[in-house]
Amino acid sequence: MNTKKELQVSAIENGTVIDHIPAEYLFQVITILGLDKSKNSVTFGNNLESKLLGKKAIIKISDKFFEDEEINKISLIAPHAKLNIIRDYKVAEKKIVESPEKVIGIAKCMNPKCITNVEAVTTRFKVINNSPITLKCHYCEKITDHKNIEIV
Amino acid sequence: MDNKSLVSIDDYTKEEILEVLARAAEFEKNPNCSLLEGKVVASLFFEPSTRTRLSFETAISRMGGRIVGFTDSSSSSVTKGETLKDTTKMVSNYCDLIVMRHPIEGSARYASEVSDVPVINAGDGANQHPSQTMLDLYSIMKTQGTLENLNIFMVGDLKYGRTVHSLLMALSHFNPTFHFIAPPELEIPRGYKIFMEKNNIKYFEHTEFNDIINDADILYMTRVQKERFADPLEYEKVKNVYILKNDMLSNTKDNMRILHPLPRVNEIAVDVDTNPKAYYFEQALNGVYARQAIIAKALNL
Repeated sequence: MNTKKELQVSAIENGTVIDHIPAEYLFQVITILGLDKSKNSVTFGNNLESKLLGKKAIIKISDKFFEDEEINKISLIAPHAKLNIIRDYKVAEKKIVESPEKVIGIAKCMNPKCITNVEAVTTRFKVINNSPITLKCHYCEKITDHKNIEIV
Repeated sequence: MDNKSLVSIDDYTKEEILEVLARAAEFEKNPNCSLLEGKVVASLFFEPSTRTRLSFETAISRMGGRIVGFTDSSSSSVTKGETLKDTTKMVSNYCDLIVMRHPIEGSARYASEVSDVPVINAGDGANQHPSQTMLDLYSIMKTQGTLENLNIFMVGDLKYGRTVHSLLMALSHFNPTFHFIAPPELEIPRGYKIFMEKNNIKYFEHTEFNDIINDADILYMTRVQKERFADPLEYEKVKNVYILKNDMLSNTKDNMRILHPLPRVNEIAVDVDTNPKAYYFEQALNGVYARQAIIAKALNL
């Protein structure tokens, strides 16, 4: 770890670092976590080299600590994301993102004939597979697979 | 949310399926009763379905209930732009039970969450039609004496046919062996194959419709629908392959019965109708008893 020459996104004193986000989903992760409306200072980098993902994104949010429930929302699009909880410039805790059992109000059902796409109904899915993440609509019972997951 | 609703066949456990079938047999013995006396049932058909509607309304009438509702959405406030939520909320104030048919998938589940009274799904788009499944099961039970360990052959449109999918799920409780006969374009969807593999259910797939049906206890025929094919030529190729003719039945088992959710077009030749193994018209009558039992369960009567 000490061989790292330079941080690609500057360090934060306290807060949360979300690493290993697939580069193409950076802005969706920002939206899901509501960081676009956050008053905290948020720094991010995109298209950084990653052995795991090829290109990755990283987000650092100062003075923000997420509830598990909140952070697990991003597992839909960033299943390999890792969290570092930073206190006083040091990693105080590491967490991985876990798939929730249920997904409520985040994703869209891919079935155009589903009631959730016709009327203002909050979407609800059961997670029937974790990797790749696969959702079954509580209403129309159709499967929305990883490739077709769209965020509301 | 009301857990007395019947939206999907999965809402019933194996025990509940058997309980409702036993109840249906009682209704067959004594179809007329006054269980629904003083009760109002809303029959909301957002799209026309004469067969299903008449079957439900007959069931309600035979139980002494009263019916309010509409037979297609052009005669309801939907044409004024009212949402399903508002229609359901309003109607659930008036009645004791809602029977609903709607072209949008998932509409029945949503209505059951919005409604204060139980909702029975009479078909939501291509998704679920559980009362059809219950009458299919009742027909199988009646003709075979059991639901356990049967050889079930399903023929025709196995890809889009919701009756096929729901029946498959329901029979999975009873150790069946499935044989699926369909053109590759209309084969049983992968999701159901995974389900059967996970649950150790034996199944075989065939494209030829021939003497393999001699093993069948139940032959479940479905219509190959033209509108399912992107290429009309493909439809022309397969449309006459899966036609059941009377001479194909000569070596089938004595207990074998032919079911079809109806309406049929040409997939069962008319000469089969007089064969004692043809059961599809009785099957339709069984729908009234099955629906009486479903209604009684929904209202805890």
